[in-house]
Amino acid sequence: MQIALSVKGLTKQFGDFTAVNNLTFDVEDGKFFSILGPSGCGKTTLLRMIAGFYKPTNGTLEIQGRDMLGIEPNKRPVNLVFQHLALFPMMNVFENIAFGLKRRGEKGEAVNKKVNNMLERVGLPESGPKKINQLSGGQKQRVAIARALVLEPTVLLLDEPLGALDAKLREHMKVELKKLQVKVGTTFVYITHDQSEAMVMSDYVAVMNAGQFEQLDTPQNLYSNPASSFVAQFVGNNNKFRVDLKKDESGKFFAATKSGDLYTLSDSFNLQNSDFFDMFVRPEAIIINPSNPKPEFNIINADVKAILFDGGNSRLLVTPEKTEDEIIVALPQNRQFDHIKAKDSIKIGWDPEAAVCFNRMEKRIYDDEI
Amino acid sequence: MMMKYKPNKIRWSFVIFFIPVALWLFLLIVLPHLELLRISFTSSGTNGFTLTNYKAFFTEPIYWLTFVRTALYSMFVTAIVLVISLPVAFYITKVASIKTQGLLMVLILVPFWVSELIRVYGWMILLRESGVLNQFLVKIGVFKQPIELLYNDITMIMGLVYTSMLFMIVPIIGVLGSMDDALIEAAHDLGAKKIAIWKEIIIPYTMPGIMSGSIIVFMLVLGSYLTPKLMGGKNSLWFTEQIYNQIIIYFNWEQGSAFGFLLLLLSSLIIWIALKVTKQEFRKVIK
Repeated sequence: MQIALSVKGLTKQFGDFTAVNNLTFDVEDGKFFSILGPSGCGKTTLLRMIAGFYKPTNGTLEIQGRDMLGIEPNKRPVNLVFQHLALFPMMNVFENIAFGLKRRGEKGEAVNKKVNNMLERVGLPESGPKKINQLSGGQKQRVAIARALVLEPTVLLLDEPLGALDAKLREHMKVELKKLQVKVGTTFVYITHDQSEAMVMSDYVAVMNAGQFEQLDTPQNLYSNPASSFVAQFVGNNNKFRVDLKKDESGKFFAATKSGDLYTLSDSFNLQNSDFFDMFVRPEAIIINPSNPKPEFNIINADVKAILFDGGNSRLLVTPEKTEDEIIVALPQNRQFDHIKAKDSIKIGWDPEAAVCFNRMEKRIYDDEI
Repeated sequence: MMMKYKPNKIRWSFVIFFIPVALWLFLLIVLPHLELLRISFTSSGTNGFTLTNYKAFFTEPIYWLTFVRTALYSMFVTAIVLVISLPVAFYITKVASIKTQGLLMVLILVPFWVSELIRVYGWMILLRESGVLNQFLVKIGVFKQPIELLYNDITMIMGLVYTSMLFMIVPIIGVLGSMDDALIEAAHDLGAKKIAIWKEIIIPYTMPGIMSGSIIVFMLVLGSYLTPKLMGGKNSLWFTEQIYNQIIIYFNWEQGSAFGFLLLLLSSLIIWIALKVTKQEFRKVIK
């Protein structure tokens, strides 16, 4: 497999602040590669270094084996789709898309053909003479992508281009963008803070935090085998238990909560006996009123605090007995649990295999997190 | 209950605020101009309607030559002001840090707190034969004896550029300030070089600001009196001076009014042509 983008030891410092810290990774040709991270993690800085707007403090950057250091953005075989799209308001759709081709010195029929081809590809034939302000949000999106793709870049960079769209359209554009990438076969490097965007579209996702990659993996692996506490919290929904690790006489590990409950842990972890761990259990891994569970199942009694109905994504908010903790439990909408009401007492349980444990990370991802 | 729409309801608040404006426009601008227009078609020698004053303009070369000269010089000054203002405005809005931006704006504004007369006298003190610049140049040995730097076309143009610069910079800053930096980066990313970015992105985007600045500067320069009078030489006659001479020195109000209307006609015509050429709408430009 050919490598489209190769980054080695890339570092960017702004004064004392290290925005991107010694990153090394490769992106294979034709893949949809996402960089996922909270705002301020350095993902935009990384993208701007690839595009050529920032000069790296250290490290190398190669595109298809060609060293890119010292090459101006207008000479790089990459194009960027900007966060706010940056379509030229004084030009119409056709002129916007033809802009890059004309800068290359292409003229006349060749330009017309390429632009019209591209417009057809993004599903906007006949829109050439339209003014930018006559387009809807989704159409602008497609024009911005067409404007970059028409130059046939080796790597297309996308800087959270779906951020400004409303939720419904964003869902739609996710699928559109994935289909488009498969169709044109260009390598996409997509940055986002929205984990669902990254998971749905990508072949590979790098989870970025504080200038470094916490994990680079397929979306499936990120979800089921997070490599760190940060990834477990950032990717998908997760219940976090603050626990201490206890070892019994037989050398088996248990997680002890503050309220004194002991939970069985899977043996597959390479755990050390020390305090302060975070244990994570996915909402859909927790089973409501488990019938004939396996003996090692962790089962607790809990009170239903609220039913968070959201169609297929409905959940229960429960509190284990004698505690103030909150646990989110997936509530399948198969009518099996229709009898559950708020303030009911139920049993919940999970397979120890479904729980993961990491050293506690004191940093909060969101400010309103407890 | 149905809401009844009353289209003929008089909005008193609007009327109250509109009356002073209407009075001001009518009494101080429309009425005097109508009177001047009437006067321009009369002559002290004859009674009734006459075209003598307008005929005099076209038959006396000194009149229409001054007229053409004034128009050409005004356009020239506007062009110079534009060429200087664009990079200055770009620097202030896009390059300078926010702190420096404020400082630079103050630096541009401060000279305009002083009246035009004082500013022109300032230049005269600098440039005249016994002035600061001459003394300095003689002292360091560039000139053997002082040279008269005032009273020529170049000095006059410089003075006009200086006095009207602000009125170009401010509207351009207004438009450039609202421009997303990403547009420039996007153009760069799509392969444009510096010249192409200016030609294809920055200037077209700034066009409304450029046009409104140009209109203001052109009108100011065309109608300016002090700077050409004080800094220009005997040969740098400005058309406003012709009007002044007719009305104040020769007391020929009829001729002066005719000149005034010709100037008004000229400025309207040139602005109209400029708007047509650059494909700008007047409504957008005056916003």
